Amino acid sequence: MKNDTIAAISTAVSPSGIGIIRISGEEALRIADRIYRSPGGKKKLSAQQTHTIHYGYIMDGEDVVDEVLVSVMRAPKTFTAEDTVEINCHGGVYAMKRVLETVLKNGARPAQAGEFTKRAFLNGRMDLSRAEAVIDIIQAKNEYALKSSVSQLKGSVQKRIKKLREEILYETAYVESALDDPEHISLDGFSGEIGEKNRRWMGELNRLIASADNGKIITEGIRTVILGKPNAGKSSLLNLLLGEERAIVTDVAGTTRDTLEENVNINGLTLRLIDTAGIRRTKDLVEQIGVERAKETAQTADLIIYVVDASVPLDENDRQIMELIRGKKTLVLLNKSDLETVVEKEDIQAILGDSRAAAILTISAREQTDAREIENTIQELFFHGELSFNDEVYITNTRQKAELVEAFESLAQLKNSLDMEMPEDFYTIDLMNAYEALGRITGESVEEDLVNEIFGRFCMGK
Amino acid sequence: MCKLEETIDVAVVGAGHAGCEAALACARLGLETVMFTVSVDSIALMPCNPNVGGTSKGHLVREVDALGGEMGKNIDRTFIQSKMLNKSKGPAVHSLRAQADKAEYSRSMRRVLENTDHLSIRQAEVTEIITEEGRITGVKTYSGAVYHCKACILCTGTYLRARCIYGDVSTCTGPNGLQAANHLTESLKAHGISMYRFKTGTPARVDRRSLDFSKMEEQTGDERIVPFSFTTDPESVQIPQVSCWLTYTNENTHDIIRRNLDRSPLYSGVIEGTGPRYCPSIEDKVVRFADKSRHQVFLEPEGLYTNEMYVGGMSSSLPEDVQYAMYRSVPGMEHVKIVRNAYAIEYDCIDSRQLDASLEFKNIKGLFSGGQFNGSSGYEEAAAQGLIAGINAAMEIQGREPLVLDRSEAYIGVLIDDLVTKENKEPYRMMTSRAEYRLLLRQDNADLRLTRKGYEVGLISRERYEGLLKKEEAIEKEIQRVEHTNIGGTPKVQEFLESQNSTPLKSGISLGELVRRPELTYQALACIDEERPLLSEDVQEQVNINIKYEGYIKRQQKQVKQFKKLENKKIPKDIDYGDVYSLRTEARQKLELYRPASIGQASRISGVSPADISVLMIYLEKRK
Repeated sequence: MKNDTIAAISTAVSPSGIGIIRISGEEALRIADRIYRSPGGKKKLSAQQTHTIHYGYIMDGEDVVDEVLVSVMRAPKTFTAEDTVEINCHGGVYAMKRVLETVLKNGARPAQAGEFTKRAFLNGRMDLSRAEAVIDIIQAKNEYALKSSVSQLKGSVQKRIKKLREEILYETAYVESALDDPEHISLDGFSGEIGEKNRRWMGELNRLIASADNGKIITEGIRTVILGKPNAGKSSLLNLLLGEERAIVTDVAGTTRDTLEENVNINGLTLRLIDTAGIRRTKDLVEQIGVERAKETAQTADLIIYVVDASVPLDENDRQIMELIRGKKTLVLLNKSDLETVVEKEDIQAILGDSRAAAILTISAREQTDAREIENTIQELFFHGELSFNDEVYITNTRQKAELVEAFESLAQLKNSLDMEMPEDFYTIDLMNAYEALGRITGESVEEDLVNEIFGRFCMGK
Repeated sequence: MCKLEETIDVAVVGAGHAGCEAALACARLGLETVMFTVSVDSIALMPCNPNVGGTSKGHLVREVDALGGEMGKNIDRTFIQSKMLNKSKGPAVHSLRAQADKAEYSRSMRRVLENTDHLSIRQAEVTEIITEEGRITGVKTYSGAVYHCKACILCTGTYLRARCIYGDVSTCTGPNGLQAANHLTESLKAHGISMYRFKTGTPARVDRRSLDFSKMEEQTGDERIVPFSFTTDPESVQIPQVSCWLTYTNENTHDIIRRNLDRSPLYSGVIEGTGPRYCPSIEDKVVRFADKSRHQVFLEPEGLYTNEMYVGGMSSSLPEDVQYAMYRSVPGMEHVKIVRNAYAIEYDCIDSRQLDASLEFKNIKGLFSGGQFNGSSGYEEAAAQGLIAGINAAMEIQGREPLVLDRSEAYIGVLIDDLVTKENKEPYRMMTSRAEYRLLLRQDNADLRLTRKGYEVGLISRERYEGLLKKEEAIEKEIQRVEHTNIGGTPKVQEFLESQNSTPLKSGISLGELVRRPELTYQALACIDEERPLLSEDVQEQVNINIKYEGYIKRQQKQVKQFKKLENKKIPKDIDYGDVYSLRTEARQKLELYRPASIGQASRISGVSPADISVLMIYLEKRK
């Protein structure tokens, strides 16, 4: 199977430092030969040994494009397992683009996002979990997503899951060998032991699954809906979070005219503020959008920010809304602390009841005093203040989460078998199922669908 | 020089458990078959343990029977004790084992062979295979006689260049002092077949009169005997049984063994062959399980008309005097008299990865093989392979598709797939743990799994096949009825449930739900199930298992579905692995060498990683 030759700038396109143009594929060395000239003019890169570096110039015809160092690396010991040439040129957007253009003019085609990784994967240089992490890096929207992907690339997911698999396999093997050699291997008291272990495994999987929900939030952002009656200060809040005057803020109710959907980065997390224009266009929120709409909105969002005008008393509408959002992750903002307030935290708590999902803050959106506190509170709501990537493992993609859930369910079946006091030979069906599901995360179990899916994701790369 | 020449369809080399099944299958499928043996008196000989079946091996026997083989019927005719093992465990690991009258077993099989049309028995040592352009064309015997044939099935067991050893004594003979076959190996090697040398062993046979059974635990057979063959009338096998006896080794025994390990040919390096880890000699057990203070010893009768007893669990290759000392250290054996010494046996066999899953050699068309020659151990493993090799030799000659069972269909499928795919460095023994989908591969449903295939091949009669269809229908109908029968909490029902330590009903419940309660079975519920039709024991058993373990069965079926996806991804025969970009070198070499038929099979080859499989799958995808 032959691949065509691809090239791309593989360092950040920024004005400073050195830039690297990577060329990978069968023609890489020949293309390099066409555009490289050594100081003596005679050196052929294709005649050089692998993993060597050479000083010289990139030429476009007779014009010197840049003064460079060129690394020659032959297959298979390269990132892509193909012949690879890397041109270290002067940093700077213009210089890098000129060099790349020259490379492209001489027979390479521009690499698609993730294509080097795709080749590394297809050529067996990388297992599935790592490959997936690279895709996630390419598609990462924010800093946390990036860190999580990097951490996955380094194999922390691998490590955790491999350990679980090892333990599951060990117990399975024990049951199996006891069935084959009952004289020497006893299953007395085994169901108690494995019951204990199973509880621990299920706990571990539960944590990983929970991290997957966070992982989704990390990669895709928190779908956030801002609710509130007209003139409660929703637009002011938006401005506060966005840090710019995007929405028009007046004291007249219903003056927000344009549609707003923005991604806001707070402490590295992405808040995806879902369109609230429908709300803003109304004369009266609850009447107009109706209970159903509020319910719907509340259900699809990861976070509801409910802005309450604290300078006017709560009415039936507020109570209805709060009834609907009970149990959802909610941040209730008592706005207009700059005015005289008639609504207190306790009033809200009385309505919401004891909900751990909700936080209540007093702010003044107009005076922009409390932005950091809002941000911290949101982070607290989602990550219990523990969002750190040094010691936590996050599962960031849906496929992996589905496999975790499958593994968890298998262990739940095992628990059921234990509770029902089934004979030990029944344990292994579910143990092996969990083992295989986890193997599909680390790439240690082969499955057709999986390869196709990963393949598909690569091919979709922009 | 005038040499004998004959033309036949199939030459079967060997008359052990593999050879018998192979020859019978070919002859029954209408092919002129000659079965060669070095001794007609040792047809279907049981040179080691006097029993058939046991954990997972019992499954093999029932599968052989379901496909139309002979082993199950033959043991049903000649057993002297029978037991369903593991009854306290789930139905997947229930296994039938029967003690055989060895002489009767052998005689009975010989009678069947002698009375099968198209089958001849010939006492002669085959010394050469003859091929033309990569195809078998005949075999030559020691006398120089040539038998032209279309297919040949090698079932040489432990006879190829056999050597029996105990202590510093060794004889170049097969089991029981029978003549070894010393010439064929050279011919096989000359045809490019790569050979291994394996070892196995057997314990002493002792005089029953010298044993004190009062110091042993009696092991009796089952009260209600289940026959091996699906064709045997269960009533016909309810016969008087003989007992086996259980005793144990002790620290004294182990001391004797440890003190004399340097005199064991195994540890002194006299034996080169690799022995089976799963059927270890007593010296192996003492070394390997150093922390165990005792091991089981079973005294099993060799037959009804002999005083010889088999000392199960104590196979050995220690010198004669040490054998005496160690056996006499076992309670009940203090005054034991040995009739035949324990010994180890070394023999030539093949690297079975040279075979396709049809058991045909990849590089010699028409040449098939089965049994210990393929590196397995055990009568049942041998019979299973012999049957499949026989069927496929016939299929080849008749231009039909080979019968290949996969891992989700039969233990036979697991056995053969393991043999032709994985590296076996020791005699391969069937075990339940080798079968991934064993809840589906139960011994009780072998007929439901395989008899249809046996019918298609031509080894199952129309009558038997129609019986199977009726059985399937009866099971299905009864399952439906049970799932749709409602049981109310009548005083009779409540009283019954209480008597079974089962929670009384709060409201109506389906009969199926009751069957699924751990403490109840379909059979036990007969007295509160008023509409129940009269059904045979085996139908009742199927109804019970299918309802009771429905959830587990469904989950296992799901696993099989996944498995099949990769099995059904065939690798084209003409694939050039040099073309598959970036396979790792080791994987490329292994794939090139063993040329797996499917992605599934490729994934089981050691040295081929999941990443290699991904690469291969993507290559095939792109090739489309």
